[in-house]
Amino acid sequence: MPKTYERREFLAGLLNFPPATMLLGLVGPVKLLAADGGDEYDPTEHYYAMGIRVEECIGCGKCVQACKLENDVPDEPFYFRTWVERYIVYTDGDVQVDSPNGGMDGFPPVADETFPPVAAGKEILRTFFVPKLCNHCDNPPCVQVCPVGATFKSQDGVVLVDEDYCIGCRYCIQACPYGARFLDPRTHTANKCTFCYHRITKGLLPACVEVCPTQARVFGEIGDRSTPLNRMLRMSHLEVLKPHMNTDPKVYYTALDGEVR
Amino acid sequence: MDPEHLAQLEAALAQVSGFIYPNEVELHWSILIVIYPYLTGLVAGAFILASLEKVFNVKALQPTYRLALLTALAFLIVAPMPLQAHLGHPERAFEIFLTPNSASAMAMFGFVYAWYLMVVLLMEIWFDYRADLVRWRKNDKPVMKLVHWLISLGSRDVSPAAVAFDKKAVQFITIVGIPSAFLLHGYVGFIFGSVKANPWWSSVLMPIVFLFSAIVSGISMVLLIYYVTTLLRRKELDMSCLNALASFLFYALIIDLSLEALDFIHRLYESEESIEILEQLIFGKLFLSLTIVQILLGTIVPIVFLAAARFSELPNEMKRMIYFIAAVLVQVGIFSTRWNVVIGGQLFSKSLRGLTAYKLEFGGQEGLLVAIGLLVLPFLILALLLKILPPWKDAETSPEPSEAQLT
Repeated sequence: MPKTYERREFLAGLLNFPPATMLLGLVGPVKLLAADGGDEYDPTEHYYAMGIRVEECIGCGKCVQACKLENDVPDEPFYFRTWVERYIVYTDGDVQVDSPNGGMDGFPPVADETFPPVAAGKEILRTFFVPKLCNHCDNPPCVQVCPVGATFKSQDGVVLVDEDYCIGCRYCIQACPYGARFLDPRTHTANKCTFCYHRITKGLLPACVEVCPTQARVFGEIGDRSTPLNRMLRMSHLEVLKPHMNTDPKVYYTALDGEVR
Repeated sequence: MDPEHLAQLEAALAQVSGFIYPNEVELHWSILIVIYPYLTGLVAGAFILASLEKVFNVKALQPTYRLALLTALAFLIVAPMPLQAHLGHPERAFEIFLTPNSASAMAMFGFVYAWYLMVVLLMEIWFDYRADLVRWRKNDKPVMKLVHWLISLGSRDVSPAAVAFDKKAVQFITIVGIPSAFLLHGYVGFIFGSVKANPWWSSVLMPIVFLFSAIVSGISMVLLIYYVTTLLRRKELDMSCLNALASFLFYALIIDLSLEALDFIHRLYESEESIEILEQLIFGKLFLSLTIVQILLGTIVPIVFLAAARFSELPNEMKRMIYFIAAVLVQVGIFSTRWNVVIGGQLFSKSLRGLTAYKLEFGGQEGLLVAIGLLVLPFLILALLLKILPPWKDAETSPEPSEAQLT
């Protein structure tokens, strides 16, 4: 990739050099510039999604840490592109959910007396962790409401925000049913998970997927390529978050509990 | 990063009960977004009141016709300011006009606003005042002469034919204006009502509820302004006009309350998955502002007051006083209504498992001071408009009110 960029710079430089410009005029600069796209990333050839295997998540929070580092997400506990929730279902039907600091530092143990509901003498029925992130909906309400089109669905199926264009009205944050967006306090523009777009377009995995020690997160393409994600989609019973919202999420969960919202 | 802002978020985090998504600690639409629908509601309401006189020929409302138009204009001028101030990038606001996303309800704001300001309000005011402006120019002092000349766009023709045309034009614009006023505020309701992610907002009734609360707020605001300006000018209040205003306010309040009740009962009866958290919201964080201020003080008490004063044999002095108090209560109630919609809709988590808090700043871009400034500004603009375009036919010594007229 860096190589391509140099070549483009070189061609741009040539344009400033009169004899070369003449030469380029003969060859046809459009053709030349187009020719260097041979090894470039073509978004129309990809369509991304993520799978999350709830049964594999151990709530270590490494994904949250990796995301914050990789994407320069503000450290404060109010800004997350991804986070992990812990669900504790008690025998009496009560459900308790927590996500201290987005689950970034792991979770306090439940099995001791200091944990309030346990201390109150309740018995735990089941517990599990649920990683959350932008669902990169195929029918995204955030894109629908953006007044200027600063947030959009890319050709490869990723919902992105153009921070040079976003006016900071925050309608998208209101429209997202999943709480996946925040306003970056430094740029005053909407911010959210990009599936690590800068990485995936180079063939790398998103940071959260890369660091997950249990492979609870599976990234890949939807379609006829044989990828781990496609295998997961083929072999599992899948769920998405808030299906009644008709947003067509592209983050698919296995073993998703009915309590998760 | 702004340390004050962070401290505020820390404070909000400490007040969270239950579970909210981590990104929900920050409440995004602040008091400025409360003010926006409050102002546009007044605009639409005042205009609809003005059109009662023109289109539906309610002669008793004649003294408030021009006043209502100027009130609408004053509030309309300020209406986009809270929006602008609230943007993360105010300097990019013009992008809404240049590259609007046609799927976005919010992108239509600029066009709805421009239509309403340019085509409806300014044109109606211009045609209604044109002949007066020409007349006034003769006796004006130099500065005012220039101002009136500019506003009249140099127009000179006061022939009966021209004046007749003015009248026709006003009539026509008012007829176009009524659906436009409905559009202006109904549209604001749609911005909230169409957010399916938010069960407190998402309702097909929202634009209609907004509309009727707008009519309520507009009538009561014009009543207050008519009352205060008349007293300040040491003139006699036209009791038949006040009675008519009180009647319309009364009917609008009844419709408004019925719609709110319908919405409430419908939600309760359907009892969707959000009902538990909404119950917590209504009986917890919003109890004071919704149950006490909006419904009791802002709607039911004024209904009782207005009914008692309007349809009884109380002396005029007493009636006026009660109308005035009712109108003030209505204003407080409507502001609360906007608060309960905008802030209330952000106090619960979309996980439906917890509640958060809103801490109103004092200073700062979205603080109390700016909010107060934006609420006072329309009145200053109105004062200026009243100076330039006096709405009262002043020679008119409004005859002693024959108060039996309307009853």
